[in-house]
Amino acid sequence: MTDFTAREMMAVAAARHIKDGDIVFCGTGISLLAAMAAKHISAPRSVIFFETGAIDAHLEELPLSVADSRIMYQVSVNGSLADAFATMQNRRTGRQVVGIIGAAQIDPYGNLNSTAIGDYFAPRVRLAGSGGACDVASLVNRTIIFMQHEKRKFVPRLDYLTTPGWIDGPGGRERLGLSRGGPYAVITNMAVMRFDDASRRMYLEGYFEKTTPGEVLQNMGFAVDVSRARPVPPPSPRELSVLRERCDPQRLILG
Amino acid sequence: MEAGSDKVMSLREAVKRFVQDGSHVSIGGFTVSRNPMAAVYEIIRQKIRNLHLYAHSNGQGVDELIGGGCVSRLEIAYGGSGRFAPTCVRFRKAVERGEITVEDYTNYQMTLRFLAGAMGIPFLPTRSSLGTDIVRLWGFDETMRAVEEKVPDKKLVELENPFGQWGDTKTVILVPAVFPDVTILHVQQADEQGTARIEGLSFADIEQAKAARHVILTCEELVPTAVLRKNPGLNQIPFLHVDAVVPVPFGAYPTACYRYYDYDAAFLKAYRLAAQDDGRYGQYLERFIFSVKDHAGMLHRVGQEQLQRIKADTSRGYAVGLDRR
Repeated sequence: MTDFTAREMMAVAAARHIKDGDIVFCGTGISLLAAMAAKHISAPRSVIFFETGAIDAHLEELPLSVADSRIMYQVSVNGSLADAFATMQNRRTGRQVVGIIGAAQIDPYGNLNSTAIGDYFAPRVRLAGSGGACDVASLVNRTIIFMQHEKRKFVPRLDYLTTPGWIDGPGGRERLGLSRGGPYAVITNMAVMRFDDASRRMYLEGYFEKTTPGEVLQNMGFAVDVSRARPVPPPSPRELSVLRERCDPQRLILG
Repeated sequence: MEAGSDKVMSLREAVKRFVQDGSHVSIGGFTVSRNPMAAVYEIIRQKIRNLHLYAHSNGQGVDELIGGGCVSRLEIAYGGSGRFAPTCVRFRKAVERGEITVEDYTNYQMTLRFLAGAMGIPFLPTRSSLGTDIVRLWGFDETMRAVEEKVPDKKLVELENPFGQWGDTKTVILVPAVFPDVTILHVQQADEQGTARIEGLSFADIEQAKAARHVILTCEELVPTAVLRKNPGLNQIPFLHVDAVVPVPFGAYPTACYRYYDYDAAFLKAYRLAAQDDGRYGQYLERFIFSVKDHAGMLHRVGQEQLQRIKADTSRGYAVGLDRR
């Protein structure tokens, strides 16, 4: 059996959720690797786009920021931030957009904190802030969330709600006027979590090789349903070779 | 502003004229791309204090202005520099120490705020951020807002869609316009009147320029007006908005300028390490900013060899194969 790292598994697990024809809103880091891998493997007609306005970047080298010159090369259009957020809401393109985002804290309904740990007005740790994360999660149909699986990151209550998930359960988004969208999957270094259609609460859908549902639960600050959990198939040799040879040969993100 | 070559001036002069203690300043660029770094360093060198700074996701420029002690209030969406600093180090320290006051928005909100400023209207609506703490928690309190005439009385306002369900929207968040005293941008090309050409992504630079009372443009190249007007479809900022034009080669360094040079990964890494320690950061400021006369002096400290390494490939616009580890 081929050996692989947790990061490689995360990128592959996320890539499997990208459909052909999706317009993939990417951050940098592992979300971009997932989008690039999907394009090379199962979703050749997916389009990578960035909140900075670049559409269908021809990524010969891995960008290290969403403003990297590497995303401006051979694009369809180099637009602006205003253009990018319009693409997410536009009647023709908006429905195809899937957003991939990350955060420092997540709660059972997939709401996210990327602003501050502790009291917002006297934070123990100040983080970068929303950037475009709150916008994409508010505006597009589907969001995939990347998280590190740690107790302090999976919390019953966020210190600050930066990015809306399913809010407080069924009807939460609709009540606020967030008419569409909502988190679709959470991909961690241990597992894939989804959200129950009825309760909108997180549940364990799949766990990676070398871990168990019990171990996943031990690394969370709240309990989730594990009754539906199944092992996630490891990366195939093809998935791994695309990731390693075509997406990140310098291992800038894979480490 | 009228057309005329009196706009071309030194960076020292431009900053002296348009940036004062307490000014409301916005800077262009995004994370590690096209930040107006030469101007940022000149502001630090001139020891300007208590700036009220606006940006969306300008990592490096925001972090260095904060690190240089120039900022007291900040309105932003994101204080990070991509992989070089997931959270900007001096920004983080300043907030945790209570040295600056921050008001958080999203990238789209900041974009709309600059756009509203450019349009000369009080606010614009968005569906983004409903139900979040971005709407609920204000960085600036009501008392400060009441006395400070350059800050709107409210942060964000929720409103039922006055057009019923038109646009499939029940509720919107209104975001207030930003009207900076001065916007500072670094662009690839400009002429002496101030018409500007940005290559690659424009981020929110155009809206930021048009929202401001004054604009300082630094540019890689000062080119004849006739050259920019030969293919005007490539120009974005009309000279009407521009007060100062300053040719500064490598003016975005150490951030990238598409088709001219890449970000300097080695410098940014060294910066991050220095920023983590107050003593080392003091040495950094002394070596690269205070002990040199201008940006050319800073670049001299960096050295030709390092600048050569980040020179952009002419067809790709970045430094192909640059070691970025």
